[in-house]
Amino acid sequence: MTSIVITSASILGGAPADIHVVDGVIVDVGKLSVKADRTIDAAGLIALPGLVDLHTHMREPGGEGAETILSGSRAAAAGGFTAVHAMANTSPVADTATLVERVFDQGIAAGFVEVRPIGAVTRNLDGEQLADIGAMAHSRARVTVFSDDGRCVGDSLLMRRALEYVSTFGGVIAQHAQDPQLTLGAQMNEGGVSAELGLQGWPNVAEESIIARDVLLAESVGARLHVCHLSTAGAVEVLRWAKHRGIDVTAEVTPHHLLLSDENARGYSPLFKVNPPLRTAEDVEALRAGVADGTIDVIATDHAPHSASAKDCTWADAAFGMVGLESALSVVQAALVDSGHVTWDGVARLLSTTPARIGQVEGYAQPLTKGSVANITLVDPSFTAAWDVDRLVGGSRNTPFGGLQLPGRVMATIFRGTETVIDGQIVSELRRA
Amino acid sequence: MKHFISTRDLSREESIALLDTTADMLDVRGRDVKKLPTLRGKTVANVFFEDSTRTRLSFEAAALALSADVSTLMSQGSSVSKGESLKDTLQTLEAMGADYIVLRHAHSGVAATVAASGWIDAHVINAGDGTHEHPTQALLDAFTVRLRLAGVASRGAGLDGAKVVIVGDIAHSRVARSNILLLNTLGASVTLAAPKTLLPTDVSGWGVSTSLTLDDALDAEPDVVMTLRIQKERMSSGHFPSESEYSRFWGMTRERLTRLKDGAIVMHPGPMNRGLEIAGEVADSPRSTVTEQVRNGVAARMAVLYTLTGAES
Repeated sequence: MTSIVITSASILGGAPADIHVVDGVIVDVGKLSVKADRTIDAAGLIALPGLVDLHTHMREPGGEGAETILSGSRAAAAGGFTAVHAMANTSPVADTATLVERVFDQGIAAGFVEVRPIGAVTRNLDGEQLADIGAMAHSRARVTVFSDDGRCVGDSLLMRRALEYVSTFGGVIAQHAQDPQLTLGAQMNEGGVSAELGLQGWPNVAEESIIARDVLLAESVGARLHVCHLSTAGAVEVLRWAKHRGIDVTAEVTPHHLLLSDENARGYSPLFKVNPPLRTAEDVEALRAGVADGTIDVIATDHAPHSASAKDCTWADAAFGMVGLESALSVVQAALVDSGHVTWDGVARLLSTTPARIGQVEGYAQPLTKGSVANITLVDPSFTAAWDVDRLVGGSRNTPFGGLQLPGRVMATIFRGTETVIDGQIVSELRRA
Repeated sequence: MKHFISTRDLSREESIALLDTTADMLDVRGRDVKKLPTLRGKTVANVFFEDSTRTRLSFEAAALALSADVSTLMSQGSSVSKGESLKDTLQTLEAMGADYIVLRHAHSGVAATVAASGWIDAHVINAGDGTHEHPTQALLDAFTVRLRLAGVASRGAGLDGAKVVIVGDIAHSRVARSNILLLNTLGASVTLAAPKTLLPTDVSGWGVSTSLTLDDALDAEPDVVMTLRIQKERMSSGHFPSESEYSRFWGMTRERLTRLKDGAIVMHPGPMNRGLEIAGEVADSPRSTVTEQVRNGVAARMAVLYTLTGAES
């Protein structure tokens, strides 16, 4: 029997209480006087449920030079996560039961977080023929989220079929909404900055028209839809309309789209090259408002590690994407909490309870209550510093936040009763509960 | 000034000084001995990842006229496609002794990236980056305008009050971007004329007015009409339907030439599509500055090299 007692943690930003964990389960919450193997003094810290990321790229298999499931799991734990979904655009693509089981097993072997593989919608992400969706759903990995992320399921008929077929198995499609034709050669947000920089623009309508089509398709076939990384004010409007109409749709936004804008692309630093692109300050404001009013359901990192050479080059040659697991909570605190858009229990909903519900991850329904799984993250909200790239513990360092003044720090992460982060540092070796 | 990347970086004083230095260099080119010893013992590397015979020859002539040693690297397409990164290529050239890198690349922002990267210590001169900028072209164009409109007495002057129309494929034009910035700095007013397909969606920050057809723009009696080269591929990509339609609404035709006021000039950065964006008779008319632009181009590039050298001593 291993036990931990966390003392005086502000539960979801509310009143301080102690949390008693035994053998991976929260056995009591309140004013406690118990002895345990480990005591964590959490005075001044906020207790959140372990964070759940619906959208990461773990790069394994095929991209181990940038990230492995082990290194990505460590990055996730350092950011306060206890579960991550790993996108299917690996090499080979995760489009069969064998491949998703391999990712799932590697996650268990790493042991820092629960790694939930996402299955491809179409074979090899080619957008032509459905992947082995039923087999993946019924595999040991029990895949529930399907996505061709990195690419859009552009063909309307195939998207309709995919929505119908995935719902047959109780899953959801997470769509990367990007009209392929409208974004041929696109490099950054289309607007005043792209005009000035001479970089080919990525129009808002390329995202919004696909979302509009997909919510109508989902409605017509009675399927559930999840929209990845919303980035425009218009996309928020379309989502708001769809939800008002009663369509079964959820949506995510990334931390970077809540904080950065296309102004950051001036100077052509490839660290700011990302898909979808950083939009305007007005879009950032609309996305924050969309989170605040519930139009946007979850925050997902779209953690996209790339080797140094993929970013130490010219803008056009650089890869799209930025790492985001370690910085997520700090960026969310800056963009949403400190700005008054959401409270800490809102953060728990956006970064844990709701993504767990969408991804059907068990153990997150009643966070931080007696009897629930001990997935716990302790945050110091009073910490503030220039964001240090040395806080990155994953396989890649392509963060856009280096040097930016950001609040908050993950001081402890507990995954099923096992400490993965202690005193703000990722543990080198797990002492399993 | 360590690098020459964008006309955005130039103050009015620096711009006028560069124009005046260009005038000096043009005088040198008119002498019996057409060379200065300024860059003796220095190496200028022309690194062209995109073919441009005239710009490359112009920079070579400028470097030779300042007594530099010149090496030229031409490579089609992105260096990455050849397996070597741009970083490695440039570090190799510098290790071979390049003091100045004249860089032409098909991708926007490459010169700025190299200048800011810390990869090399050499001076970087932007010889055209994608659809971003072509600052030496803007310098030679501004010099050509000043000389034509105000003559040799124009030394020390800007282009205050000059009315310039730029017509054509603004969206994809590095020449247009550099020219707009420099012309505004020098006090000229700029009007763009193009179909909406060839205008960026948002030019509100550019300090220009826009007209949808060339005829509308000519109503304001400009001093200068800058025509831009139109790529014929823009027809298959849906930017405009046909050559005849382009010429009808945005071409500098013989009829439009007769509408220009006395002293007004017609420019083209070359190479021209005669009969498309500019009629043959217009290109060959006394109002055309096409060959002067080429001649002034060597002097303008000498002025840039000369000015960057001054920064060292």
